[in-house]
Amino acid sequence: MAAEAISEGRSGSDFWAGARLSMPVVVASAPFAILFGALAVDNGFSVLEAFLMSALIFGGASQMVGIELFGQHVAPWLIVLSIFAVNFRHVLYSAGLGRRIAHWPVLQQALGYFIMTDPQYAVAEARAQSGQTVGFAWYLGLGLPVYVFWVIESALGAVFGKLIPDTHALGIDFLLPIYFLGLVLGFRKRPLWAPVVAASAIASIIAYRTVGSPWHVSIGALAGVLLAVILPPHHSGVGKRP
Amino acid sequence: MSTTLWIILAGAVATYLTRVGGHLIISRFETVHPRVEAGLNAVPAAVLTTLVAPELLHAGPAEWAALAVTALVSLRGGLMAMFLAGAAVLILARQFVG
Repeated sequence: MAAEAISEGRSGSDFWAGARLSMPVVVASAPFAILFGALAVDNGFSVLEAFLMSALIFGGASQMVGIELFGQHVAPWLIVLSIFAVNFRHVLYSAGLGRRIAHWPVLQQALGYFIMTDPQYAVAEARAQSGQTVGFAWYLGLGLPVYVFWVIESALGAVFGKLIPDTHALGIDFLLPIYFLGLVLGFRKRPLWAPVVAASAIASIIAYRTVGSPWHVSIGALAGVLLAVILPPHHSGVGKRP
Repeated sequence: MSTTLWIILAGAVATYLTRVGGHLIISRFETVHPRVEAGLNAVPAAVLTTLVAPELLHAGPAEWAALAVTALVSLRGGLMAMFLAGAAVLILARQFVG
């Protein structure tokens, strides 16, 4: 009993430690959730459909692409394919995260993958890199607030969509790039960081200009990852460990 | 069921497949080759870079200032400090240069 209480107390504090780290993500994604809801209704979604899309897909960029294409009356299968393409980067995250959460029960893992987003993966990976365990309570604390706020704010955005003030003056459209840059810089002590970032930056810009969005994400990422694979292992620092 | 609902459901399934897919494929291998591990280690920086880099193409003075301050704060501060500093500079700069 006592041991259970202690372990429960630890999960609780782990949850709140994760929740504290989720706050920048909640703040950064709030304007996008509201914007998504407003745009979704504008493109012919009902409030319920905007709510469902946020609750079931939970991937901001892909949802934006989805409603944009829906508004343009693009074929449904092509909309689904585009959502898949924007989210394809999750395959890479998932492969990385799998190494960190393999000790969880299967159902917890299934839920863990459902709420995995760019910042969720990055923060969990940073924790694992610092030598700490990625526990389920901590991970849920990190992800659940983001999910709950995202879904509620999407619905609110759909309801009050037309009341959004001047989004440009509020810098809303550029908050996520700032946040993502912060995450990229947080990884700068990793082996091969500079060449990987340079390769991905150049490849994604070229792809953005030629193939177009959303493929620049997958193509740019692949360029950086391939460079890390191709360079001799002694540069990447992974062969050194016993 | 409406077309919209089908799109949402199929999009949700496709998205969940990307979220479990990498794990399901990679976990089939017992040991991870050093080169694969180097590749996996490069994933977060590589992907997140692609979400920032193309933004530079249409970034104006306000956006550049915000990114520069974010980078500067990263030398000392944590993620929240970086984000708040960058966002503050952006909002402030846009009042002047739009």
